[in-house]
Amino acid sequence: MKLPIYMDNHATTQLDPRVFEAMKPYFTEIFGNAASRNHSFGWQAEEAVEKARKQVADLIGATAKEIVLTSGATESNNLALKGVAEMYAEKGNHIITAATEHKAILDTCKRLEKEGARVTYLPVQQNGLIDLDQFRAAITDKTILVSIMYANNEIGVVQNIREIGKIAKERGVLVHTDGTQAAGKIPVDVIKDNIDLMSISAHKMYGPKGVGALYVRRRNPRVQLTAQMDGGGHERGMRSGTLNVTGIVGLGEACALAKAEMPEESKRMEYLRDKLKDRLLASLDEVYINGTMESRLPNNLNISFAYVEGESLLMGINEIAVSSGSACTSATLEPSYVLKALGAGDDLAHSSIRFGLGRFNTEEEVDYVSGKVIDVVKKLRELSPLYEMFKEGIDLTKVEWTAH
Amino acid sequence: MAYSEKVIDHYNNPRNVGSFDKTDPTVGTGMVGAPECGDVMKLQVKVNPRTGVIEDAKFKTFGCGSAIASSSLATEWLRGKTVDQALEIKNTDIVNELSLPPVKIHCSVLAEDAIKAAIGDYKKKAAGHS
Repeated sequence: MKLPIYMDNHATTQLDPRVFEAMKPYFTEIFGNAASRNHSFGWQAEEAVEKARKQVADLIGATAKEIVLTSGATESNNLALKGVAEMYAEKGNHIITAATEHKAILDTCKRLEKEGARVTYLPVQQNGLIDLDQFRAAITDKTILVSIMYANNEIGVVQNIREIGKIAKERGVLVHTDGTQAAGKIPVDVIKDNIDLMSISAHKMYGPKGVGALYVRRRNPRVQLTAQMDGGGHERGMRSGTLNVTGIVGLGEACALAKAEMPEESKRMEYLRDKLKDRLLASLDEVYINGTMESRLPNNLNISFAYVEGESLLMGINEIAVSSGSACTSATLEPSYVLKALGAGDDLAHSSIRFGLGRFNTEEEVDYVSGKVIDVVKKLRELSPLYEMFKEGIDLTKVEWTAH
Repeated sequence: MAYSEKVIDHYNNPRNVGSFDKTDPTVGTGMVGAPECGDVMKLQVKVNPRTGVIEDAKFKTFGCGSAIASSSLATEWLRGKTVDQALEIKNTDIVNELSLPPVKIHCSVLAEDAIKAAIGDYKKKAAGHS
């Protein structure tokens, strides 16, 4: 076993060597522009792109023509929301999303609000799921789009997209889902799941950074988007710009591997994740899992070690790459807005650690990580005045703190 | 974020961790910060009532590595000082000693507040007894 151990696979994943092999010829040998129609260099590049497009489509139950290749999920999210808002402006200006969405959705919505859109940010329940009745009630005649992520990047909670899609369709509302964390990890089927638009990213599924896709439904209904990037009219006019052939080949290969290996891999992830969880829960008191375990990515564990501050815990396990919802680890000095949205309380947000298991983690690593985390939590609780007070039976919520 | 060697040393080997009996008249206790802000420091001094010298100091801290280091350092500095000398410790002294970056200055402020609160508590108790 080698240190440091990477267990932050919701941030990014290691490029699978098989994906790298597939990409290699496209750096130097097959370098043509996929839009060059009059020579073999262009044809070869186009062929590679079309193969990849099919591989992406196959992963999510779409057809190749419905895949718009982009620079990644942030661009896909921007294109979906802004593109729909602009295209369907005559129909309405209301968008529904959720408080726990990624910033690429929330900040895009804020931009649209400045430009006159009305956005409803649905709260989530303590388990991390939106309330479907609340969603239903939020739909108005002006609602054009709902954007709810398939699986959350912090707590791994998987929303009931199928039901959300069904409700939306009854009212003629388009459904976008940010599938960044879900695609390639759990079965996603755009037809069965009633999805009209879905963002995906290569680097979250062992592909390269800087490439992703937006699924845009072609029938029932045929979704139209106003392009947000003007130029040569690539990607059926929805996204101009010379195609990143090498990256796209990587995306395609990553999708093909994910599809082939998902049944086995997701079981292995779940086994490792549950082992980690069970060990931590067996050895430590006052540990809280953030978000439901009932509907969750198999590789995610987000857990709060009460009375221990997240950054100090990360410092003690500095040979393990994980992340924390603690304010001290964020650029804004605010604790995780996702955990706050669960109503867990800021103190538990400060104490949270996100473990994101991946294809290359081993059982030995999981054993090492659980042992190390247990040791450091115990050590820090020896240091914690809060843990001491808890042990003395003091109700910390009743203490008058000197906030600063 | 990269931590200074001194912060890492205090984090790995925190000095004077523990608690004194809060009700002891020679003990002053300061607790500052709030769990929802991500920092709580408890600093205690044990004072010789005849000389006014801090004979021992202990701390417990919930917070980041810099907060732990700031309070650990504070206990080292407090020992051997009189209560009045202790009040002269400034947060900037802590910042300099631990090479804290700007985003961690609040940790040193919290440590200074904890010192003041602990000494204040001791003085209040001492006044009540005389």
